[in-house]
Amino acid sequence: MKTSMTRRAFLKGSLAATGLTIAVSVSPFGYRLVNASEGKEALKGFKPNLWYEITPNNVMTVSIGASEMGQGTHTALAMVIADELDADWKQVKVRQGQAAKEYHNPLLGEQLTVASAAVRGFYEPCRKAAAAGRAMLVKAAATKWGVAEGECEASKGTVIHKKSSRKSTYGELCLEAAKLKVPQEAPLKKESDFRYIGKPAPRLDIPAKVKGTAVYGLDVSVPDMHYAVLARPPAYGAKPVSSNEKAALNVKGVVKVVETPMGLAVCAKSLDAAWKGRQALEVKWDKGILPQMDNDFIEKTLVAELDKPGSKAAEKGDAKKALEGAAKKASSTYFVPYVAHALMEPINCTAYVRKGQCDVWAPTQGQTGAQMLASQISGLPPEKVNIHTTYMGCGLGRRAAPDFVVEAVIASKATGKPVKVVWTREEDIQYDLFRAATCQRIEAGLDGQGQLVGWSHKAVAGSIFKLINPKAIQNGVDIMSLWGLVDFPGSPDGNRMLYEIPNFYLEFLISELPVPVTAWRSVQNGPNAFVTECFIDEMAHAAGKDPLEFRLPLLKESKGAQRVLKVAAEKAGWGKPLPKGQGRGIAQHHCFGTDVAAVAEVSVNEKDGHVKVNRIVVAVDCGLAVNPLNVEGQIQGGVINALSTALKEEVRFANGGVKSANFDDYGILRMSEVPDIEVHLVKGNEKMGGVGEPGVPPTAPAVANAFFNATGVRIRRIPLTPEVVLGALKKK
Amino acid sequence: MISLNVNGKVYKADVPEDASLLWVLRDHLKLTGTKYSCGIGECGACTVHVNGKAERSCGMTVGEVKGKKITTIEGLPDSHPVKRAWIKEQVVQCGFCQPGIIMQVASLLSEKPTPDADQIISKMDDVICRCGTYPRIKKGIQTAVQMVRKEGKKS
Repeated sequence: MKTSMTRRAFLKGSLAATGLTIAVSVSPFGYRLVNASEGKEALKGFKPNLWYEITPNNVMTVSIGASEMGQGTHTALAMVIADELDADWKQVKVRQGQAAKEYHNPLLGEQLTVASAAVRGFYEPCRKAAAAGRAMLVKAAATKWGVAEGECEASKGTVIHKKSSRKSTYGELCLEAAKLKVPQEAPLKKESDFRYIGKPAPRLDIPAKVKGTAVYGLDVSVPDMHYAVLARPPAYGAKPVSSNEKAALNVKGVVKVVETPMGLAVCAKSLDAAWKGRQALEVKWDKGILPQMDNDFIEKTLVAELDKPGSKAAEKGDAKKALEGAAKKASSTYFVPYVAHALMEPINCTAYVRKGQCDVWAPTQGQTGAQMLASQISGLPPEKVNIHTTYMGCGLGRRAAPDFVVEAVIASKATGKPVKVVWTREEDIQYDLFRAATCQRIEAGLDGQGQLVGWSHKAVAGSIFKLINPKAIQNGVDIMSLWGLVDFPGSPDGNRMLYEIPNFYLEFLISELPVPVTAWRSVQNGPNAFVTECFIDEMAHAAGKDPLEFRLPLLKESKGAQRVLKVAAEKAGWGKPLPKGQGRGIAQHHCFGTDVAAVAEVSVNEKDGHVKVNRIVVAVDCGLAVNPLNVEGQIQGGVINALSTALKEEVRFANGGVKSANFDDYGILRMSEVPDIEVHLVKGNEKMGGVGEPGVPPTAPAVANAFFNATGVRIRRIPLTPEVVLGALKKK
Repeated sequence: MISLNVNGKVYKADVPEDASLLWVLRDHLKLTGTKYSCGIGECGACTVHVNGKAERSCGMTVGEVKGKKITTIEGLPDSHPVKRAWIKEQVVQCGFCQPGIIMQVASLLSEKPTPDADQIISKMDDVICRCGTYPRIKKGIQTAVQMVRKEGKKS
C-alpha cells in the first residue's frame, strides 16, 4: 500500500501528461466526473471523493481515502472499478489516500471508516467513474484506428477491433484518452456482465501481510524518531499530586517531560528509555472522582438509574393502556457490561510538527478528525497537516477516536522531534473507550391469542455522542446509544428494532458513570439486539409459541428479516431434536442496511457451568456482495467478536479505575472456543448493505436463547461465564 | 555490542544483554514483521523461531539467544507451505497477529507434519486473533499440511 501526494498533483492537473486520471465527486446534487487534463477551470471547486489513474506502464492505480483495517475495503472498491473499466485484475494497484476533504465518504460526509459504509458509500461513484474511463479508452482506440467506436470492444485491459484484429492496451491508449472530454453519463454494465463483482477475489493487501512487510502504525520509522510514553491517571478524574521530573530526566535518553490532557508524556530517544523515565517519574495521583467504583457499583448504579426519569425516545400508540388491558404480561431487566476493543495492535501514533508542516502517521479510521485536531494543536492550517494512514491491527471503531493523535502531536510540538507515542497492552485496555454498558427493563403484554400488543422499554447507557459530537444529543436522547432500538429519522441504515408492535414506548437515560465509551463493532446494535432478541424469546415462551413462529408474523413489513430468519432456521435444522443438555436459539437483527439472522447450538455442563457453543448458522442479506469470500470472513469475524462478548468479555474495575490489564485477565475468544460458523448469503435486498458489523448483533442473543432452550433457565446478562451460569442454575 | 544470528545474517546491536529480543528485532534490526501486542506471552504476535522452535520473543532477552539461530517472519521463505496456504485460503484480515501465527504453525508442522485436531488446538490456543480469522486459520493449516504431504511425496 502506497501513500502519496496525488491529491494535490491531481488538483493541479499535472497528471495529465502521465496518463489518464478520472476522478468522481459526489454531492447531494449528483455526480460529477473530471479528467485531470481538463485544465484548471474545470478543476476549480471540484472535490473528488475517489479517483484512479491509468499510466503508460499499463498499471491502474486507485486512490482510496477509506482505511484498510482488515475489512477488505480496498480490494472491494478496486474490484468495482476494474470490473466497470474492463481492466485486467493483474494491473490493479491500490493507494491509500491522505486526509483530505476530497476523500469524504458520500454516506458519512467525513473521511471516516465506520458504520460498514465504505463499499456501499463508494460503489456507485466507482462504477460511474470507471464507465467513463472505459468509454474514453474505446474512443481513443477508435480514433487511432479510424474505425467506428461501436466496432471496438473493451476487454481485460485492452481495446479490441475484431474486424481488423487490432488491439491496444490501456497503457498504450491512456495518453490519447486523457485528451478527451469525460462523458458524464457513460452507460453502466449489466450486472450479468460483471467479471469481478460478486465473485470471490483474493485481497490485494494479503501478500504483504503474510510476508511481514506491511507497515502498521507501530512499524513506522522516521529519521531521528523519538518515543513518548504517558504516565496516566489510575482512576477516572485523578489528578497528579506529585512527580519527580528530575529523576525522569536523569534517565539516559530521556529528553523532556510534557504535560498533556491525558497525563504526563515522557519523551526519549528510545522506547526503553521512555519506559524507564516513566518509572522514574513516579507520579502520585489523588483518588479520582469515584474511588468506590468497581463492577458491583457499576451494575447497581445502572439498575438504580433505571428508576430515574429519562427522556422519551420513541412512541407509538399507547403502551401503558395496552399493558393495562393485556391478558398476559412479562417484565425483565437485562444487563450488558463494558467490553474493551482489545485490538491486537496497541494504540500508537507518530507525529512530526515542524515549521510550516505537520505529518502524522496514524493507524486511524478517522482522518478528518485527526487532521482537524493536529491542525489546532500545531497551529497550522489543515492543508499543512498530512495524515498518512497506515495499516492497522484491527479497528473495531476504537481508531475513529483521535486521542492518540493528540498525544503524538503535543509531544512532537514540545520536543521539535518526530515522536512515536506507544501504548503498552495494559494502557490499551485500561485507557480504552469502551463499548457502553447498558441496563434495560422491558415490560410487554400479550392478548388472549398470544399476540404482542404493547411494549414499554427503558434503557440506560453511556452516551456515544458525548465524545464525538455532543451537539447530536437532543433532549437527552443519544440515538447512537439506542442504535438497534431506534435510528435517526430517515436513516437508510435502519438500525432499529423491526417488530411491528401496535403500542410501543421507549425511554432513555444517559448514565452518569464516568467510564468513557465509543463505538465498538456495530456500536450499540450489539447490546441492544441482545436485550430485544432475548426478550422477544421470553415473550414467545410466555405465548407458548415457537420462537421462530412467534417472530415471523411480527415482521410482516420486513421481508428481508423474514428471509434471513427462514434461511438460518432451515440450514440449521430448526425444530430437529437435540440431545439432552443441548439447546438451539435464534435471533435476527437489521443494521447498516443489512438483514442478518443467527441460529446457535450450545451444550451446557450443569456441573461446572461451562457453556460450549457447537455451531452457529448465519444468514445474511446485504444485497449484492462485491467480494463474497471477504463478506464471509467479515461475518465470521463479527460473529466471533460477539461470541467472545457472550462467553468471556467483561472489563473489571476497581478503586475508580480499570483493573483489567492484559489478555491474561481480559480473556478473548481462542480457537478451541470457536464453533463451526456457516455463513449463507441471501441476495434479496436491492440496496447494498454493510458487512463489517452486522455479524455481531444476532450472535449473543442466539447463544443466550439456546442456553434457555437447553436448560429452561433465562440468563439476562452476558457474558455467560461458568460463575454466572452456576449462579443462575442454582435458582432453577 | 551484541551479535545476533537472524535469518541467516549476523547483526550487531549496541544493547545490553537483558534487552528484549522483540524490541531489538523491531527497533534496532528494523525487522518489524514481528509484532508487539501483549508483552507477556499470552497472544503470540511476537512469535519467532529460535533454533527452529516457536518462542515468544517478548519474553526473551538477547542474552538468552546468543549463538542461536533466530528466524523471523521475514526469514521464512515465501515458498514456505504455510505462507502459500495463508494466501490461498485468504486467512488474513487486519494481519497484525498473522506473522506470529504463521511462525507458530510453521513450527507445529515441522514437529508434526500431520497434526491431529487436538494437537492443532493445543498449539493454536496459545495465540490470539482479534479479527476472528480462526475458521480460516484452521483451513490454512489443513491446506499447508496437504501441500507438505504432496510436495514431500514428489521429492
